[in-house]
Amino acid sequence: MGAGHAHRLYRHGHSPVHGMPPHCKIAAVFGFVLVVVSTPREAMWAFGLYAVLLVAVAFRARVPIAFLLRRLVIEVPFVAFAVLLPFVATGPQVHVLGMSLSENGLWGAWNVLAKGTLGVAASVLLAATTELRELLLGLQRLRMPPLLVQIASFMIRYGDVITDEMRRMRIARESRGFQARGVRHWPVLAKSAGALFIRSYERGERVHLAMVSRGYTGTMPVIDDVTATRAQWSHAAVLPVLALAVCLTGWTLR
Amino acid sequence: MHVPDGFIDTPVSAATGVVAVAAVAISLRGARRELDERTAPLAGLVAAFIFAVQMLNFPVAAGTSGHLLGGALAAILVGPFTGVLCVSVVLLMQGVLFADGGLTALGTNITDMAIVTTVVAYAIFRGLVKVLPRSRASITVASFAAAVVSVPAAAVAFTTIYWLGGTTDVPIGKVATAMVGVHVLIGIGEAAITAATVGAVVAVRPDLVYGARGLSKPLELRTTPTGAPLVPGEARPAAVTVATPAPAAVVTSPAPAGRSNRPVWIAGLIAALALAGGVSYYASASPDGLEKVAHDKGIDEKAKPHANDDSPLAGYSVKDVGDARLSGGLAGVIGVGATLTVGSGVFIVVRRRRRHTVHPIQGQGA
Amino acid sequence: MTTEPTRDPAAGPMPPSLDVRGLAFAYPDGHQALFGVDLSVARGERVALLGPNGAGKTTLVLHLNGILTGGAGTVTVGGLPVGKKHLAEIRRRVGIVFQDPDDQLFMPTVREDVAFGPAAGGLRGPELEARVMTALDQVGMADFAARPPHHLSFGQRRRVAVATVLAMRPEILVLDEPSSNLDPASRRELADILRSLDVTVLMVTHDLPYALELCPRAVVLSDGVITADGRTQELLCDEDLMRAHRLELPFGFNPRSVTAPTAR
Repeated sequence: MGAGHAHRLYRHGHSPVHGMPPHCKIAAVFGFVLVVVSTPREAMWAFGLYAVLLVAVAFRARVPIAFLLRRLVIEVPFVAFAVLLPFVATGPQVHVLGMSLSENGLWGAWNVLAKGTLGVAASVLLAATTELRELLLGLQRLRMPPLLVQIASFMIRYGDVITDEMRRMRIARESRGFQARGVRHWPVLAKSAGALFIRSYERGERVHLAMVSRGYTGTMPVIDDVTATRAQWSHAAVLPVLALAVCLTGWTLR
Repeated sequence: MHVPDGFIDTPVSAATGVVAVAAVAISLRGARRELDERTAPLAGLVAAFIFAVQMLNFPVAAGTSGHLLGGALAAILVGPFTGVLCVSVVLLMQGVLFADGGLTALGTNITDMAIVTTVVAYAIFRGLVKVLPRSRASITVASFAAAVVSVPAAAVAFTTIYWLGGTTDVPIGKVATAMVGVHVLIGIGEAAITAATVGAVVAVRPDLVYGARGLSKPLELRTTPTGAPLVPGEARPAAVTVATPAPAAVVTSPAPAGRSNRPVWIAGLIAALALAGGVSYYASASPDGLEKVAHDKGIDEKAKPHANDDSPLAGYSVKDVGDARLSGGLAGVIGVGATLTVGSGVFIVVRRRRRHTVHPIQGQGA
Repeated sequence: MTTEPTRDPAAGPMPPSLDVRGLAFAYPDGHQALFGVDLSVARGERVALLGPNGAGKTTLVLHLNGILTGGAGTVTVGGLPVGKKHLAEIRRRVGIVFQDPDDQLFMPTVREDVAFGPAAGGLRGPELEARVMTALDQVGMADFAARPPHHLSFGQRRRVAVATVLAMRPEILVLDEPSSNLDPASRRELADILRSLDVTVLMVTHDLPYALELCPRAVVLSDGVITADGRTQELLCDEDLMRAHRLELPFGFNPRSVTAPTAR
């Protein structure tokens, strides 16, 4: 639970995708998702091509497909929703295996599933090939307001602190014989949440003081300047540009 | 409640994107007043905390997914502007890192989960803190109330967005019932966690709770005359009251006139909520019948459910009467909440502005 | 970057590295930690700040670079008053090494961590690189530049923490419990490093032998005021003073039997 997962999302490597400047990657992923979302849902083949594009990127990044698929599990709540759509949506009905399904709902389910899955897969690839810190640097380079970058970087740092403190408190609770079993123990857990908050804060505050003492004023100092060359930008642009071509074909063939 | 890519159509996604960008821009300006060097990490911690609680996902029957939102906690601990920023950052990072919530749906997600929760919660919180006695317990109670309302409010906002730009024709009533029903439950859980957290922080580090500024008294600082022999206990210095260095100085105490109005306020609020909740509970039986008929007859007419729903709260009740009554009652309560929100929002804005013009130095000096 | 600290004794009377006058402070929760502290540390001195737990040592340290302000009294660093106006320069001049190196080291590699301070001050490129390597050389950690800090031993991490501060070329180095949690070998290594540095040192500790080993002068902070100020050896030999402020020598340690360093 918490941002501690972030480290497991990242997959260390030295592929061309790993080495790309983070802001190029973020821009490319965003462009790709934008194109995917604006594709007509009837153009099923287009979504297949998008998937092929992503698999190619995964191959370039040397990210195993199994890893990618495991990460897609985050999508499960939406899959559950999408499966329900044909049953609850209105409109003309079709009969499959004796069940009456809404045609519109089926299209809707496909729409959410296809676009959602492609979006998730693109983000998973981004997270798998970009370290958290790089990601923040990238967002900073893409002109995200410094205050937001600051909150985000503290958030990631505290994520570790919170998971760590949570583990310690759980050990402390359990070594005194407490185990959360059902609603009766919620008050204890709720109180733990308050204590957790303060403990995490005070620990994180010390880190912050150390940073401030060394001249931190709200933005991370640039130690290794990452500037993207024209070649890197065009390299990153391959994915969204190809996707755009697919999308435009999809619209013209409709 | 994280909306995936392709769930809301492009115009509405774009519109909510504009709303989100505008709100974040306003919040960035406002947050400069709320944050200083020492509270900046607090905003990060709040974001991390929200991140953690949002990971607890409950699947919701015919809605998307439900989880704790954290907007109330953020607004109370770090202030409404910073609160919006915190939750927005959480949503952004979830979208980019965990693919939770689509990138193109970011505007929609920020609008209903960051803006609506934070603003509603903070308005209710400030309103209650003004009318309740000035104590730490009141802060906790107000946090509970703010959180309890903020979650269904976000569900209503989501339903509205869905109604405007949903890509599939699920009857709006079903969406509303599922979303609001589940989020009332989630709201209770959220309220418990918010109240416990705020309560614990207020007890130990009241200086960290934005919403509780103004509770602590001015500090007394004893100083020894410099250069004197400094053996403790030997020369007890005279007590000197010095202007406090803490954020405690930021919010002034309420006008004395506020006290006499307080019982009236409380009574009025309780009555309004009871009326809205209770009366709508019984009143909702008839609309339910009406709608059921319309639903049965016009099932093939796509436009019909939309035409019925002039307001996002209209299409609450569908098949089950008991549920419908409950949700109808809730609609009432939320309606009151919304009205109260708008009312106190205006009030607070006016108050804040006046306060800042009166104490500009104290306001920034924390 | 107005005054780079110069160490030419012929340049005339220099302002003390640190000058604290009548410093008092209470926390927002009402707890008062400092009741009027007076302390002056001359350039090049190594001073131990002794005191029991809860004496206000950490609170005092946080005042030295303006993290805590707003009470009564003044703090001056190398002639520059601590205040909102010169905060960046003050923080460059006062290098604080915090007690827990894990709080201090937050970047992914040792090199980036050491570069953090000077980079925040605007240093870039080869100049930054040179500064980082000098600082790492001073603490004998140059070979570890590319390693992540959390893969180092505790003693190594503390040395890196010292380097992160040295890289900012501070006027005064403030160490909060530098010997805590160190094994005897790391303790000695750190002492050698500190002795080799040509910088004013204020060492907050209740490790009395370490204070005696490194600092010719010591002050005692107790209940928020300075209660004693003198040669470290004399203070440690004053049993009544030690007992009155909960300062205890380790078993078997006799401060009289040691040849203590004298002021430089």
